[in-house]
Amino acid sequence: MCLAAPARVLAVSGNVATVDYGGVETRCRLETLAEEVAVGDYVLIHTGFAIRRLSPEDGQETLKLFDELAASLAEAAEENPVRPDSPVGDESQSATKSRS
Amino acid sequence: MSPSFHFSDPVRGKALADAIAKLAPPDPLKIVHVCGTHEMAITRNGLRRFLPETVDLLEGPGCPVCVTPARDIDTAIAIARSGAILCTFGDMIRVPGSERSLDETRSEGCDVRTILSAADAVAIARETDREVVFFAVGFETTAPMTAAILLDGPPSNLSILASHKRIPPALVALLDLPDNRIGAYLAPGHVSTIIGTGPYEEWLAERRVPVVIGGFEPLDVLYAVALILRQIRNGTPRVENGYPRAVAPEGNPAALKLIDRVFETVEANWRGIGAIPSTGLRLREAFAAFDATDRFEVELPEGKDTIPGCRCPDVLTARAVPSDCPLFSVRCTPTSPVGPCMVGSEGACSIWFRYGGERPL
Repeated sequence: MCLAAPARVLAVSGNVATVDYGGVETRCRLETLAEEVAVGDYVLIHTGFAIRRLSPEDGQETLKLFDELAASLAEAAEENPVRPDSPVGDESQSATKSRS
Repeated sequence: MSPSFHFSDPVRGKALADAIAKLAPPDPLKIVHVCGTHEMAITRNGLRRFLPETVDLLEGPGCPVCVTPARDIDTAIAIARSGAILCTFGDMIRVPGSERSLDETRSEGCDVRTILSAADAVAIARETDREVVFFAVGFETTAPMTAAILLDGPPSNLSILASHKRIPPALVALLDLPDNRIGAYLAPGHVSTIIGTGPYEEWLAERRVPVVIGGFEPLDVLYAVALILRQIRNGTPRVENGYPRAVAPEGNPAALKLIDRVFETVEANWRGIGAIPSTGLRLREAFAAFDATDRFEVELPEGKDTIPGCRCPDVLTARAVPSDCPLFSVRCTPTSPVGPCMVGSEGACSIWFRYGGERPL
């Protein structure tokens, strides 16, 4: 029900964008979107309405977060394999940062 | 080259699975998620096999169709029988009310239509003189769309039967149910795209339960589980955003404003759970003219939410998994569903039937 998928904006006209939604050209409404969008942007679409602009860099950023977490745990385990109750990983690096 | 938003590469999957293994909690931990899309990602991709033996990951009330009370469905049926065109999302049509489903009323000649977007209901209303009613279900992800069509000068023959629900206060209510033993929440990504992190902090501040917002790609789910386990290990339970590419801390202010302009918060009934304060959204007085229950003057008694032998109430409260139910896959299948969790394509029972979920978790 809360399914949402990315689509690429092909044209914008008022409250409506024409988008490429997985190879299908369709339209979505924009009044549920907080950000401005332009042709070429990606948006997350839920039931015919855009709910978030996605930046292509966010995909790379996501992979970096995955890698950082895995790496920090690998290091923590090597440094401190016998104390399961000690803090592990650097939580300050966690994914609380967000594109504004 | 177009950017990819799909994250399922096996090398990173292995790295995250190793991280999860390193963080295995010594004591049993029950993680509950509340999103059919999460259950789909977990079961279809077999992600439970990467969880430590001590960790269970269950779907709670994650399917809006499944938690819609029978009384609301009965009301929709009464409206359809009065001659109006009744529009709603696909699965809602097949969920049984007290006596029958909307789908079954079609054989009586009722005009019940499946739509994919709230905007479709407006389009249908503009092309007819008949009354058109949008039976609006869904969590915070979907409520802004219902608000948007009401703020966009809808035709006067359109009205709304609103059955939207809010997630964060429901997470508190679940913690207070007997025998739930919920140790952490994997919070729904696209609900969070709308509401941000604040409402979880507001509602769950006193509870010391890890709440990690997760995305829906296989690696997103593994990452969110690893963040939960790290919080448990470090004794730092809090709200953490594991899906920052789609969730800003402040959520989506435009969508939140739409909800606030059109709806006010009320108590709501959840099928299988009961009444939960602050989880319902009712049309504000300014939009009363578009309230289908007023327009059609339908006032029904409480519906029959439970079905003999069916364990949907336990599945919806994460106190059972589908295969714990004696009806599951025997008398209750997607083609012949008994309870709502087998009807909704995001219901845990339907997903387990299609993709082979089984114990041990």
